[in-house]
Amino acid sequence: MTPDKVAWIREVSLLDAGCFLLCSFGLIAAAQVLGCMRIYVIQSLLLTIDCVLLALDYHSWDLLAVAAIYLIAKVLLIPFLLRRTARQAMIARRELQQVINVPMSLLIALALTVLAYYLVGPMLVHTGVIIHVNLPIGFASVLIAVYTITVRREALPQMLGLLAIENGAFFAGIAVAPTFPLVGELAAAFDILIIVMILGVLSTQIHHLSGSTEVGMLSELTED
Amino acid sequence: MLRMIAFNLIQVAVVMFLSPLAVGILNRLKERVAGKKGPSIFQTYRDIWKLFHKDQIFSSESTWIFRLTPYVCFAAPILVTMLIPVLTSYPLFMAFMGDMIGGGFVLALGGFFATIAAVDTANPYGPMGASRTRMVGFLAEPVFMVVFFTVCFVANSTIPYIVQQKWVHPESNFFDPSHILVAVAFFMLILAETGKIPVDNPSGHFELAMIDESKSLEYSGSGAALMKWAGCMKFFVLLCIFLNVLIAPWGLASGTGLDDVLLAIPVIFAKILIAIGLLVVVESSLAKLRLFRITAFLGVAFVVAVAAVLTRMLTA
Repeated sequence: MTPDKVAWIREVSLLDAGCFLLCSFGLIAAAQVLGCMRIYVIQSLLLTIDCVLLALDYHSWDLLAVAAIYLIAKVLLIPFLLRRTARQAMIARRELQQVINVPMSLLIALALTVLAYYLVGPMLVHTGVIIHVNLPIGFASVLIAVYTITVRREALPQMLGLLAIENGAFFAGIAVAPTFPLVGELAAAFDILIIVMILGVLSTQIHHLSGSTEVGMLSELTED
Repeated sequence: MLRMIAFNLIQVAVVMFLSPLAVGILNRLKERVAGKKGPSIFQTYRDIWKLFHKDQIFSSESTWIFRLTPYVCFAAPILVTMLIPVLTSYPLFMAFMGDMIGGGFVLALGGFFATIAAVDTANPYGPMGASRTRMVGFLAEPVFMVVFFTVCFVANSTIPYIVQQKWVHPESNFFDPSHILVAVAFFMLILAETGKIPVDNPSGHFELAMIDESKSLEYSGSGAALMKWAGCMKFFVLLCIFLNVLIAPWGLASGTGLDDVLLAIPVIFAKILIAIGLLVVVESSLAKLRLFRITAFLGVAFVVAVAAVLTRMLTA
């Protein structure tokens, strides 16, 4: 590959990383379940694109296969499964409840991003450009997604937060360990599909029993 | 030297006479998307022309501020036009008289006068809209500041002509995460500052829900015309900063001949049309936010802008 082309790949992957971080913030700010879901799908798509770019950069067939797994599992199957299993909660057009309001949450997310950059900083001394960008942004995305789970009061956004943690981890992972065994990725992807299925069914059950998927309302036991 | 002054004046003329057209096209496209026929794209010119031929009426309670405001509002975008690259990629006569922060101050001055003029007449709707505009304004202010910080970090300067070069030289700057983040934050700012749909509904005629429009309700005749024209120019100037300085500094004239500069006019206008297309998509697909959700909207813009600084500072 010509150096020109390598530079081009790096630049596009930088752009991709910026959008990826933006999606993490979006996951906190989205007001409805469907919006959360769309942002998650976009984030997964960005992860796939980044994976393809890294595959080109590292000349790695493994990563190309991983990208294919991501595309099928995260971009196509997960939204499909969620829509099938938790249709009611997914299309509910009401505002999501949050423990801490959106502007405050965003500021906290910002602080988490700074924290991620500082924590990762010492590890970046002798690394290439791609790790330099992917590792802190991936780590920040993980932290922000964990935060999303803690502040959201409803089952589905919490679940999407769980999936976003995994997106962030992979975003950092594919840059740090491009030769990670394919079996591992495959297992992880499969695991997630099963998790999505189970959680989807579970949240539908909750919806059946209590008429809503607001986990915040489920803090008290009922007597009967 | 004389040539540079002439180009500067051409820039001003372009902003003055093409901005109503840009607004007209935006309105027409929005109506078309909504399935209506829409007014002619030259309607804004006709409105301004008509208003100039009408009598002006002043409330007897109002003071000189009310009379002065249209001129201040009208002059502010023109002054900013002289500071920013509208047609040429090299600095013109006034380029070093003020940087982006200075330009921001000049625009804010116009906003300030519009606000106190709205309070001046004691019409109940004016102060309400004015105070809401201030609310949006002070929420937008930190975003502006942080965007300028990012720009400073990248270009080591806040002079628009220098900034605009730095985003594409070296090319890797263009693909930097901070670039896209700044672009997104500034786009949200434009929506908030020019009263576009997620923040304010520009075509609404219901005074209680107005944010930006109600400030100029009391004006009539040429005062109203100037206020309307000033709004168009502010919109055009912000789009020019967005496109020529922050996003796509292509298509600007690099030669010093008159033909180069004249040729740049259609290119710039084409770029603005693309931006207007984007605005139409945003305005037609979103609903207006509740007043207290605007904090969340501009909070997102702020966070995005700070993330831009962070990714630049901590990785560079």
